[in-house]
Amino acid sequence: MSVIEISCVEVWREISNYIDNDVAPDLRARMEAHFKSCAHCKAVLDGTKNVVKLVGDGVEYELPSGFSDRLYKKIKGK
Amino acid sequence: MGAPAAYSDASQAELLRRACDGDKEAFYTLVRPCERAVFVAAMSILNNSADAEEVAQEAVLKALAHLAGFRAEAKFSTWLIQITINEARSRLRKDRRHLYESIDEQRTDEEGDYSPKDFADWREIPSEALRRDELRNALKQALAILPLKYREVLILRDIQNLSIEETAETLGISQGNVKTRLLRARLQMRDALAPGIDGSWTSGKPEYKKVRPW
Repeated sequence: MSVIEISCVEVWREISNYIDNDVAPDLRARMEAHFKSCAHCKAVLDGTKNVVKLVGDGVEYELPSGFSDRLYKKIKGK
Repeated sequence: MGAPAAYSDASQAELLRRACDGDKEAFYTLVRPCERAVFVAAMSILNNSADAEEVAQEAVLKALAHLAGFRAEAKFSTWLIQITINEARSRLRKDRRHLYESIDEQRTDEEGDYSPKDFADWREIPSEALRRDELRNALKQALAILPLKYREVLILRDIQNLSIEETAETLGISQGNVKTRLLRARLQMRDALAPGIDGSWTSGKPEYKKVRPW
């Protein structure tokens, strides 16, 4: 099956939706075909996927120590 | 201490009823499973732990005061995060340090396409790299310099794992805006982190030496 070609700019515009599995099947097929032939876009895709994973796994905002207790006291004191 | 267990829809309704009748323990039980999410939502906007805690407390007290206005069909955590984000934004508005970053600008998405600036080829970041302080710090720094409107979307979506719909509802923007901002946020994060992928986070392993084959 041949797919209609898609430009790099169009691919970048949809790359985040692609990662979220939120593109129509025909667009998905065009993007997949593009990733096979364009090393730059494949690199952007891999890197962006990595970012999503890194942000999800690696960014931690530690609750300040005693946060829960202070919050509880605030609620009780109100 | 592990994360407090979530409660079922049925017990949410019961806890709400009791909390509305003035039962503070019931209210705290409702809040407890969301307290981290509330803190992170405040951090996403304020980027300062002490301010974020203060705002988180204010938001929780505001939720308590307005509990009667909570629609039972909504998710309590989403509602609480919404209040927190509003509180954090109004704190920013009052804060002179942030005058240059106008909150009202947040409502528009006027920018055009974003082109990646760095084509480093990261196949995979080894999981042990995440334990390295260098990478953790780089992540935090990259996140801190993201414009607010991108940072808050990225945090709700990729750290708090809210859906597109929940993120839109929480921030009071359209789902289309969430997607546009998320795209920009992820690509900018990628560009910000790409320089370190050449080796500083990968212990010079041979498979990561040729990240820029062009």
